[in-house]
Amino acid sequence: MTAVEARDVKLSFGETPALRGASVAVEPGEIVAVMGPSGSGKSTLLHCLAGILVPDAGEIHFDGHRIDTLSEHRRSVLRRDRFGFVFQSGQLVPELTAEENVALPLLLNGVKRAAALKEARPWFERLDLAGLERRRSGELSGGQAQRVALARGLVARPGALFADEPTGALDSLTGEQVMDLLVSSAREQGTTVVLVTHDARVAAYADRQVIVRDGKVNALVSA
Amino acid sequence: MVFGMSVPMTLLGLLEREPSHGYDLKRDYDTFFSRGKPLPFGQVYATLSRLVRDGKIVVGEVEPGVGPERKRYVITERGATEVESWLTEPVEAEPNLQTVLFTKVVLALMLGRPAEEYLDIQRATHLRRMKELTEIKRAGNLVDTMLADHGLFHLEADLHWIDTTAARLDALAKEVRG
Repeated sequence: MTAVEARDVKLSFGETPALRGASVAVEPGEIVAVMGPSGSGKSTLLHCLAGILVPDAGEIHFDGHRIDTLSEHRRSVLRRDRFGFVFQSGQLVPELTAEENVALPLLLNGVKRAAALKEARPWFERLDLAGLERRRSGELSGGQAQRVALARGLVARPGALFADEPTGALDSLTGEQVMDLLVSSAREQGTTVVLVTHDARVAAYADRQVIVRDGKVNALVSA
Repeated sequence: MVFGMSVPMTLLGLLEREPSHGYDLKRDYDTFFSRGKPLPFGQVYATLSRLVRDGKIVVGEVEPGVGPERKRYVITERGATEVESWLTEPVEAEPNLQTVLFTKVVLALMLGRPAEEYLDIQRATHLRRMKELTEIKRAGNLVDTMLADHGLFHLEADLHWIDTTAARLDALAKEVRG
């Protein structure tokens, strides 16, 4: 059984087709990089896989269940309970401290504050952020903020982590550190990862790369 | 020298397009592939002799007059098969292979072959090598990391070239097909 799968997914924005029959299957615990030129539809595919967008046609499956037919409410619950997200930047809540940001998915899942913070703290050591627990996002460097976001994406041990250009706003060395930590942490937890990137050096951290071109996943270039 | 290795294949490919004489082959080679370093006549004829010897081309009709340049060379089935497999086979993903990639793409377009597919196969080979180097980097010490990085940056540059070339294939095809 695949962890995350798109089957012949089509989606248009108005008259403009973004996905024209995209299919991709990700195995449990696998880390897959989705590459492709700007406007190829790679982020749209990620948003469909993550249940954020609903395709016009085709199917999205997670963990053996079809999710594109679920109601908006049930998809929202699924995203909160089973998925983690990391985006390019600007995703931390500025009013919260770093550790509160990391604990946020647990708090939203109903975990008590003390327990959630206890769960969040070991991530600071693991991601080389020790001492920064009480800082707010404005007091963190880009690389630090992105590692906090990564911890937040993984703290609730999601079934799948969706990352959209997670290193896009970082210099290449900092980006590589983030990718190294992302891969180690995801492997340690057995989390399936779908990562969108235009950067081949970032994609090289994944177990497998696929290329989206003109709204389709190019199977030939699966390395 | 990497480039030297592709001269016989390039001449074979030019002959697959149409039977030709040594002089015309040299002219076409110099126009499209030599990049400012014309192919010496000696090398053209030496290469053609070897290709005849290996059964990849045959000498067709000999036109009136004397001298080797009057010979018209025709590709054999064996030669055509060799061009096909050379084009399909990705180049080993090592730095500085732009020249071979360039030759393959131009030749494929001249012959009406699926250049985009060849570029896709090459891209996959490059990505696979980048993944291997990244794994070496993650497992190794700083010296390994530095060496792997050197390879990664070169392969990344190749990939940019592959992507840009893929985006320009239509225009390039028009130019090389004349």
